[in-house]
Order: sequence, then C-alpha cells, then structure tokens
Amino acid sequence: MPDSQIAADTRPWRDPAARPFIQIRNITKRFDDFTAVNDVSLGIHRGELFCLLGGSGCGKSTLLRMLAGFETPTEGAILIDGQDMARVPPDRRPTNMMFQSYALFPHMTVERNVAYGLLREGKPKREAYARVAEMLKLVKLEPFARRKPHQLSGGQRQRVALARALIKQPKVLLLDEPLGALDKKLREETQFELIRIQETLGVTFIVVTHDQDEAMTLATRIGVMRDGVIEQVGEPRDIYEHPKSRFVADFIGSVNLFEATVEAAAPDMMRLTCPDVGGAVLVPPQEGLTRGQTVWGALRPERITLSRERPESARNAVQGTVEDVGYVGHMSTFRVVLDTGRMVRVTEPNNLREGKPISWDERVWASFRPEAFRVLTE
Amino acid sequence: MTGRGWVLPLAVVFGFVFLYAPIISLVVFSFNESRLVTVWGGFSTRWYGELLRDRQILGAAWVSLKVAFWSANLAVIIGTLGAFVLVRMGQFFGRLLLTGMITAPLVMPEVITGLSLLLLFVSMELTLGWPAGRGLTTIIIAHTTFCAAFVAVIAQSRLRDMDESLEEAARDLGAGPVRVFFDITLPVITPALVSGWLLAFTLSLDDLVIASFVSGPGASTLPMVIFSKVRLGVSPDVNALATIIIGIVTVAVLIVGWMLRRQARLQR
Repeated sequence: MPDSQIAADTRPWRDPAARPFIQIRNITKRFDDFTAVNDVSLGIHRGELFCLLGGSGCGKSTLLRMLAGFETPTEGAILIDGQDMARVPPDRRPTNMMFQSYALFPHMTVERNVAYGLLREGKPKREAYARVAEMLKLVKLEPFARRKPHQLSGGQRQRVALARALIKQPKVLLLDEPLGALDKKLREETQFELIRIQETLGVTFIVVTHDQDEAMTLATRIGVMRDGVIEQVGEPRDIYEHPKSRFVADFIGSVNLFEATVEAAAPDMMRLTCPDVGGAVLVPPQEGLTRGQTVWGALRPERITLSRERPESARNAVQGTVEDVGYVGHMSTFRVVLDTGRMVRVTEPNNLREGKPISWDERVWASFRPEAFRVLTE
Repeated sequence: MTGRGWVLPLAVVFGFVFLYAPIISLVVFSFNESRLVTVWGGFSTRWYGELLRDRQILGAAWVSLKVAFWSANLAVIIGTLGAFVLVRMGQFFGRLLLTGMITAPLVMPEVITGLSLLLLFVSMELTLGWPAGRGLTTIIIAHTTFCAAFVAVIAQSRLRDMDESLEEAARDLGAGPVRVFFDITLPVITPALVSGWLLAFTLSLDDLVIASFVSGPGASTLPMVIFSKVRLGVSPDVNALATIIIGIVTVAVLIVGWMLRRQARLQR
C-alpha cells in the first residue's frame, strides 16, 4: 500500500483519475493540403518533463508551437490548467518557450535579455534586475551579465535562453531541441543540468527532440510521434521494453525485427514459426493472438547472448557465424549471420570474461530468453 | 612564373585605371592654376576659394542638402513600412501588386518618373490648391518616391534574413505586436536602415533629371546648377566642387562599409 501511494504521487499519469494539467484534445493542424498534426490527444501532468520524440517533419515542433500560440490549431482545443487557450495570444499565455536557435536579442546584453519578460510584465526595474541576478546564478552565468550574445559560447547562449524563458515562472516551459546545437560532451552535462533546474523550480517542461538518447535521459514520459500522429506514450523504460509498434521499436534504440507466424499457444508458452531464425521461437503467451496470424518479433541486440557451446538451459538458441566485431570500449557489437542467412546485431558488455573473446568467423550459438522476443502486431 | 601570374595583376590595374582615371584627372585639375581646364598651369587652390565666394553654387548646395536630408528621412519611414508589410504580413489582397509597384521606380526611366510627377503636381495644384507652385516641397516629394523604393528593397532583404523567432520570442515574453516592432525588429534592422538612409541621401544629391522636372523658380539643386554652368563651358571651379563631393561620398561609403562589416560580425 505505501509503495503504490508513492508511485501515484510522483507519477500522476499512472492514476487514471488524475486530471492532466495540460489537455490536448483532438488537435489537428493543416497547412494548405498538408496535415502536420493529425487528431492528437494528450494529457500532460503538473511537474512532468515530457518529451515529444520523432524524426524531422513528424509534427512535433508544430504541436509545440500550437501550445505556445504561434500556430492556431485547425481543429481541436488546448487547455492549460483548465483554461481554454483558443483565443489567447502568445503574449498572454502561461507558457514560455526556449527556441532552437535560442533567439537571443542580439542588441541587448545577457542581463537585459533575461529581464525583458519581467519588464514587459510591468515589474519595477530594481525588482526585475534582482530576479535576473538570481536566475543568472541558477544557470551559473553571473560573470557574463554585461556581455552581448555574440560574445558567448554555444553552451552559454543556451543557458541565457533557458534563464530568459524561466524568469517569468511560466506554468509550462516549452523547449524546442534545447540541446541540438551543443556538442556531445556538453550535451550530456546539460541534460542533467536541465533535470536539476526542472526539479528545483517544479515547472512543467515539454521538450521536443529528435534524439532518442536525450529523450530517454530527460523524460518522465515520452510521446513518440510519426507523420503527425502520436504512436505511443509512456515512460522511457516502458517504451524501450514494450514498444507497441515496429516503428517505435526501431526508432528507440536498435533492434532486430523478425517476421513470424503464430503456431500454437500453450497456457505457459506460445510457439511462433520464424523462418529467419530457422524454426520455432518460444515466447510467453500473449492475449489476442490467433493461430496462423502474422506477427513481428523485436529482439534487442543486448538481449542476445553469444557462446561457443549451446547453453543447456536456453529455450531459444540458433547457430550462426560471426561476420564482424566492433569494439566500442564498454561493449562490443557483433554482426552474426545465422545459418538461415539472416544477419542479426548483438551487443555484449566487455566484462572480464574467462577465456578468449569471441572473434571473426567463429561458429557461435545465439541464445535469448522467451521474454526477450517482443511480439508486435502493428 | 605561370601564365596566371601576370594576367590577374594586369586585369586589376586595368580595372582600376578604367574606374578611377577620370576621377583622378578631375581631382588633379581642380588644383590647376590656369583658367583653361585642360592646360596645366601650376598648383593652386584658387578655385576652391572662388567656389566659396560663389553665392549661386553655395545656395544650390544648401537646397540640395535640405532636399536630400528630408527625402532620405521620409524615404526611410515609408520604405520600412512597405518592407515590413511585404515581409511580415503574410498574404493579403493586393500583395503582388504592391510588390511590383514598390520596385517600379527602380526600373522606370527617370524622364518618365519626372514627367509623371510634374503632371501630378500640376493637376493637384489645379484641383486641391496644393502644392502651390513648384519648388523645394515638390522636389522633396519626388525624391522621396524613388528613394523609398531603394530603402524598401534594402529593408526587405534585411527583414527576410532576420531570424523570425526573435520576434516570436519577444511575443512569448509578453510584448504586444507594436512593442515587438519597436523593441526588437527596429533595432535589429537599424544598420540596414542607416545604409538605406545614406543611399537615399546620395541618390537625392545625385539626381538631375527628376529635380529638373519638378523644381520651380528659386529652387535649383546643385546638379542643376552645375549642369547649366557646364553648358556654357567647363569652368575650373566646377572641378573643385566635384572634388569636394567626391571626398564627402568617399567618407560616406567608408562609414557604410564599416557599419555593414560590423553588423555582419555581430551576426556571428
């Protein structure tokens, strides 16, 4: 009981009775004859760090811009904190946005950039600049208050943009590819910085990104978008472990996809025929499948184990030949050609292992547990 | 040495000679002692002195400066408004027509612009009673019309280059559309407007044809006076005047160039 209580408190989306803070209801946006966002409904809760993830042109930025008020939905409604946003212009919305280009005002100093929102609100100058100083401290930019944007590095500009968007304490902060312009190392640091700031201020963040690693690290929940439609919404672990469709499985991380046919279902185990694997695959039983139905199996590379001998306990094992080995440091990636001719990707951590590591052209057994083979119908 | 080694310098020398030989000869002869323009009679600044005593030329220069100043101001205001409407207002009725019309003065022969403005002023005077006669006002109006076209072109390209999310960011932070224009758009495009102003100013100083059409008694611009003087034979004091103008123009061009470079640097 206490455990479920905590879960409900920190993850309100698990409670079906909880009312979302932001309600997106059947939103559609058409540009002439192109539909950018197609009948999307979504609920986002207070204090969430929600990531909209998808490739370019999937409509994620358009959805964000509709929340900010820069685009008007063709159909549907957006409610923030119970208030309908339909007739509210961008300057009156309880949202602030951090732009992909940062959009820092080039003719103003860092300080004036950050103060701009407060001064437009009619805050007295002294009060505003006191708040600016606090905010610059939060993003660790105090020494740069008097600089102009062009005198800052990419990472510093990113933090100015964040400070400027946060200064009005918006109910919702919208971030468009917030880390897109940073290099890899800085991006990783900044991810945790963003999480720290979000947790300090308790503001609801909605982040648009095309980078699945970024989404996995940042998000409380992820909405995977494709062609203007949300394919799946869930916690990062959920999306990775239980993808609903082939697209999601393929988009998040890397995956081996197999076509298979349902052959027989026993109460404890279900058997699929998978020609690519070269025979039967045993998987846990799943409801809603009928005999003879064509399904897809998603097998993550790290869920496959390679060994020279057939592991005795393994329920699924196939033989193949190692075609290629890539050493990445903390792990190695293998390309194994199964005897059926099908190539699969396998990754194994480089722990200290007894014996000689598996190498090129070796005959190996690729084995995986029944649960590792995720059955998809979409 | 390769074949290219001497072709390029030669081309440069040729280009410079072609461009600057006339100007240099003009500057040199402005310091000529002799009354005959093409015969060198020793160094002297005599014609500069004579120029400063020439009431007609000084009066015309003053008229030209006034005309250029006011028409550049008006052209910047009108041109900026036109550019803003075209770039930021999206689609509206008559947009295509406005796009075409705003650039028409750039390609229209000056004689036609001048003539049509003259007809307009005359008929306005007959029906509205304003502008009464032709003079300073009509020249300023005429110059504003074609200078505004140049300013609009410059402002348009700057507005197109400008990151629109700057304006969106200001909206997002609580500024209304008018506020955004004055707080963000205007400061960002100011360098372009300054160069537009300077361009309008020089174009207006330069113009002879349109001014001749729409001017009236007592309002002769400098080019008009020079032109009428030259018709009676080139006098050395015109050389001195031209040298001074070249000096002013050179300084103006350097300033504009410096501003544009600085702007480019600020854009990272």
